[in-house]
Amino acid sequence: MIPQDPIQAGFANALLAPERPLPPQVVTWNGSDPTVRFDVYRNNVVVSLTEALADGFPVTRALVGETFFAAMARCFLAEHLPDSPILTDYGDALPDFIAAFPPTRGLPYLPDVARLERARVRAYHAADARALTAQDLAHHLADPQRLPATRLALHPAWTLHVSEYAIVSLWAAHQGQGRIEDVDLRRAESALVLRDGDAVQVLPLSSAIAGFFATLAAGLPLGVAAEIAAATTPDFDLTQALALLIHHGGIAAWQPSGEPPA
Amino acid sequence: MTTIAPPAAAVGIGLKTRHVPEVIDLKPTLDFFEVHAENCMVAGGPALRQLAEVRERFPLSIHGVGLSIGGAAPLDQRHLDRLATLLQRFEPVWFSEHLAWSSHGGAFYNDLLPLPYNTETLARVCDHIDAVQERLGQRLLLENPSTYVEFAASTMDEGRFLAEVAARTGCGLLLDVNNAYISAVDHGRDPWDLIAALPVAAVGEIHLAGFAEDRDGAGDRLLIDTHGTPVAEAVWDLFRRTLRHLGPRPTLIERDQAIPPLAILVAEAERARSALLDAAAWPEAA
Amino acid sequence: MTQSRAIQTTTAAALALALGTALTLGNTAVAGEGAAKEKCYGIALKGKNDCAAGPGTSCAGTSKVDYQGNAWKYVPAGTCEKTASPTSPTGQGQLAAFKAM
Repeated sequence: MIPQDPIQAGFANALLAPERPLPPQVVTWNGSDPTVRFDVYRNNVVVSLTEALADGFPVTRALVGETFFAAMARCFLAEHLPDSPILTDYGDALPDFIAAFPPTRGLPYLPDVARLERARVRAYHAADARALTAQDLAHHLADPQRLPATRLALHPAWTLHVSEYAIVSLWAAHQGQGRIEDVDLRRAESALVLRDGDAVQVLPLSSAIAGFFATLAAGLPLGVAAEIAAATTPDFDLTQALALLIHHGGIAAWQPSGEPPA
Repeated sequence: MTTIAPPAAAVGIGLKTRHVPEVIDLKPTLDFFEVHAENCMVAGGPALRQLAEVRERFPLSIHGVGLSIGGAAPLDQRHLDRLATLLQRFEPVWFSEHLAWSSHGGAFYNDLLPLPYNTETLARVCDHIDAVQERLGQRLLLENPSTYVEFAASTMDEGRFLAEVAARTGCGLLLDVNNAYISAVDHGRDPWDLIAALPVAAVGEIHLAGFAEDRDGAGDRLLIDTHGTPVAEAVWDLFRRTLRHLGPRPTLIERDQAIPPLAILVAEAERARSALLDAAAWPEAA
Repeated sequence: MTQSRAIQTTTAAALALALGTALTLGNTAVAGEGAAKEKCYGIALKGKNDCAAGPGTSCAGTSKVDYQGNAWKYVPAGTCEKTASPTSPTGQGQLAAFKAM
């Protein structure tokens, strides 16, 4: 039970709602209207949280424009204040909010673009797990019978994105790679967001490889993931998929059959 | 890792991500860097690694902006745990927080919100500081805030309130001269009333920053703490007077918006150093 | 039983072959054309828990923005206008003002 504090409750009630009355007890030394001064706090809350959001969603922002983004952020934060003081964590809920936000209905790809951007921030700050190298993995070739039942733990800085829209091309076009006008949004695209050294990369994936990684990430063994991918997409390239995993530092743990999960 | 505390006439600046490569390569003539605790609370990645590299070259001061020490709600124990982990890892020379509140009903407002200064708030703030110092095993420096409104429920002035908190909890004080100036102008007071009321020995660090200027409903000056401009001349004057009263104290230049090149901030810090050296030579220095 | 054993053996062989090749591939071979690297380090260029005060006493925080009301006057007006919108009858990004429900 949180102790009652009428002043703090009054601030919480009025900070995000300019039409609501000021908290009790507020006074000014010169008898001037305290609303003008209280508005400094209203501004600080809205402006600082909007900026915190805007930082993490540069492409989403560019797509809708600064004015629209600020207005949308204002609606978002009124419903979703941060639940912790760590603002790098703020914004996880924005993509779903955009998906349900009537004014962006004409931009159905926008939530997935926002998800991709959020994943980039998460990847940048993800835990420093050591990725297994080709050298670490070479000895598993000596015992091929154990490969099909082997399970992998993917690196914590990896996230997989599967979209019905060309979000990867659209994102890249905003990085100066290709023209925005040339992006065919109706093309489904998948991507891997990962951290490579200090850089966060957005790696386009074929849908078959994306599906293969998703199966592995769900905890299913290598053999099952490979069979599902091959059955779904005849031109699934297992070698390329494994090479991507290994050489982009995607494997945090390799658990051959018979070993308990880490 | 540097473990020696910087000298009393030390100057530092707030560490900005964009300056980190330069700070590591060029080792500017600064005695310490300050970081916001909550900016460092991430699982891993380049941000923490870069901070560790800076820490190998400079002492750090960790400045919290999210503990809500004046909040009516109990302290967030998970946040205290995160702070403890951070302090253990980076061994800062100082840890500071604000005389303010920022969370209510599980929501974080990301602003330093004002408190009435009375016995009820005093008891709450002291309880929270006791708990923080006990959990962190480190003395906290409590910073005076910029405030834009006052409360009819206040029964003591800010200087006496802070002095009382320091006396009861043994915490130190972080005197933000810019905040002292802003609050004084905004409430029609003399900033010296606050500064003169503080126990001299408790002041462990000084902050300097810039403000924006507006007008209130009566047309009187209303200063807003923005950390977005150079330190104002009036604040430099107040800083020099403060140093003559307190003696030199480690001093930090804060800049969070419109961040200039590193060299500009270093020059501002060097200006603070000149004032500190003058104060050290001053015969009446405390 | 026998048949599933056979499938697993085949898979084991296929996996071993693919893994063996993958392990020997150089890093550049899998860099992936079109891998979009971020320019410089745009992420986290700014600490999010920094002082970001509002510019004055009247701006964002003092106006009510309610998308559920009738007063929603903001229209997406950015690079979305250059995209071929998948849902818009004109093929372009939605430009018409959104009518609140």
